[in-house]
Amino acid sequence: MEKLLEVRNLSVSFESTKGEVQAVRNVSFSLDKGEVLAIVGESGCGKSVLCKSIMKLLPKSARIKAGTILVNGMDITDYRERDMQRIRGKVFSMIFQDPMTSLNPTIKIGEQIAEAILLHDKRKTKEQVYKKVIELMELVGIQQAKERYHSYPYNFSGGMRQRSVMAIALAADPKILLADEPTTALDVTIQAQILDLLREIQEKMGTATILVSHDLGVVARAADRVAVMYAGKIVEIGTAEEIYYDPRHPYTWGLMKSLPYFSKGKETLYTIPGMPPSLLDPPKGDAYACRNEYALGIDYEEMPPMFRITDTHYAATWLLDERAPGIIPPVGGKMH
Amino acid sequence: MNREVLVDVKHLTHQFHLTKKLVISALDDVSFQIYKGEVFGLVGESGSGKSTAARCLMNIYQPSAGEICYDGINICDKKQFRKNKKILQAKRQMVFQDSASSLNPRMKVADIIQEPMKINHVVPPRGSISKEAEFQMEYVGLDRSFLERYPSELSGGQRQRVAIARALSMEPEFLVADEPVASLDVSIQAQVINLFRHLQKEHGFTFLFIAHDLAMVEYLCDRVGVMYHGQLVEIGPAKEVFSNPGHGYTKTLLSAIPIPDPIRERKRKIQIYEENDWTAGEMQEISPGHYVLEKKGGNQNAEA
Repeated sequence: MEKLLEVRNLSVSFESTKGEVQAVRNVSFSLDKGEVLAIVGESGCGKSVLCKSIMKLLPKSARIKAGTILVNGMDITDYRERDMQRIRGKVFSMIFQDPMTSLNPTIKIGEQIAEAILLHDKRKTKEQVYKKVIELMELVGIQQAKERYHSYPYNFSGGMRQRSVMAIALAADPKILLADEPTTALDVTIQAQILDLLREIQEKMGTATILVSHDLGVVARAADRVAVMYAGKIVEIGTAEEIYYDPRHPYTWGLMKSLPYFSKGKETLYTIPGMPPSLLDPPKGDAYACRNEYALGIDYEEMPPMFRITDTHYAATWLLDERAPGIIPPVGGKMH
Repeated sequence: MNREVLVDVKHLTHQFHLTKKLVISALDDVSFQIYKGEVFGLVGESGSGKSTAARCLMNIYQPSAGEICYDGINICDKKQFRKNKKILQAKRQMVFQDSASSLNPRMKVADIIQEPMKINHVVPPRGSISKEAEFQMEYVGLDRSFLERYPSELSGGQRQRVAIARALSMEPEFLVADEPVASLDVSIQAQVINLFRHLQKEHGFTFLFIAHDLAMVEYLCDRVGVMYHGQLVEIGPAKEVFSNPGHGYTKTLLSAIPIPDPIRERKRKIQIYEENDWTAGEMQEISPGHYVLEKKGGNQNAEA
């Protein structure tokens, strides 16, 4: 498989008055052509910062401290804003969480999509642009595109707005699509439709997708591979089947168990005890140790390395060390 | 069952007049009852009128037609409402969806929790108002040190807990929560839901829970009402509605609950509910306490 995006040992920090906030710590992963990688974790674990640092959309107080980002083999880590503007949209584009705030309320939907097309190719004639807009609107499943071209965002429902945002993101045929919680603001029924649409586009156009979400139930529908993030680090990464049927990291267990699906018929829903640690001064050992009921002594002392389980499945927990006691995972296994 | 009706909603209709000509019916002839001490869930997609119904119940909106009886008092009747306003406003409390905008950013958490008690001149059962605030904070699982902080210093889950503590400080008889977990993380959602369940058991207040996340509703509620385009299409005990949905729209909603299992989830087809010739029908009882809206002349049950 062709590696479209490769992130190696990326660390991103924010400068704040209280000191340095280490939002992303030593993250490595790769994205193949035409696959959907989901990044899962609680809020504040660095999912969005990771996406934005790939797009170089971070605020001024943030700094990439170490690591490299390779796109198609090209190192873009040191690209300046002007270089980034050239490749943004064409190589990768982003869908944001709230479709209402990412659209301009005073401009017609069709014109907003046309703007995105013209921005990347100024030589197109009016007719060509119009044709492409209608094409895009049909691609993302907006029916009666010709009439809807003249609608304003407030005429659209949440699902339709998110579809329009996707059309804008797809305007320049990007190779990589970053979707930052695209379904969080939407209803359950619309949510599944948007996820199916993401999959469909990815199959039709061969775009690779990074899907950020906090809901493992949502991710199951769309993802080929899943990366679980905690306190700025990827703690487990593997194919969707491996993560759902054979999770190894206690944090993945906790996330799974807190879904109401696994608490059916029980008195209380499972919750992960405690709060994620402050990234201002992350703990010395495993950041999850203090919330982990399976924590070993070494977890408080030393950061666990990534243990290999299969060629695609890696997890950072000392439980996988050969000296660790055997623990039967509380979740996982085939659920048919 | 000899259960007392606390809230009785009869033919409630609410219209928003957008322009002189354009009128939107957010609620269209909705009738339901909430019994004392139960958890009643209201589900439906956005724009189906769930929040409007809650706001009508709380006297935030004045409904266009129909009546709401709270404990025998018709709260839509202005005269009766004014007469009983003090009791009504103290007994009914609400938790809003967005905790960031429903807490005053310029007030400390302690002041936020104390405010309703000050307004209603409550005699605090624990000595002083500040002791009462401390008690409520601990009750919802927050540390005392949070009392001196501002809402902006708290996380989403903590803010939602403050909003709950504020509502509970009045020891309400009837609590309305309008999508209280929609803006929270999955693990925090579970915490808040657990808290609601625990508090409801201890206090025994009547609880109207509004959500579009069906998994949570199934877990928390005793009875469920399903809304679609301003109409109540199905109502019944939660177990009944979830195991044996009668209305096409309820089936669609149920089919949309995501399953954390990639192989099964990918195979799963989402049903899309098409309202072909949507005309108002009548509620038919299909099993004890379980009512489904049926089209006039149509027999939806036959195909189900």
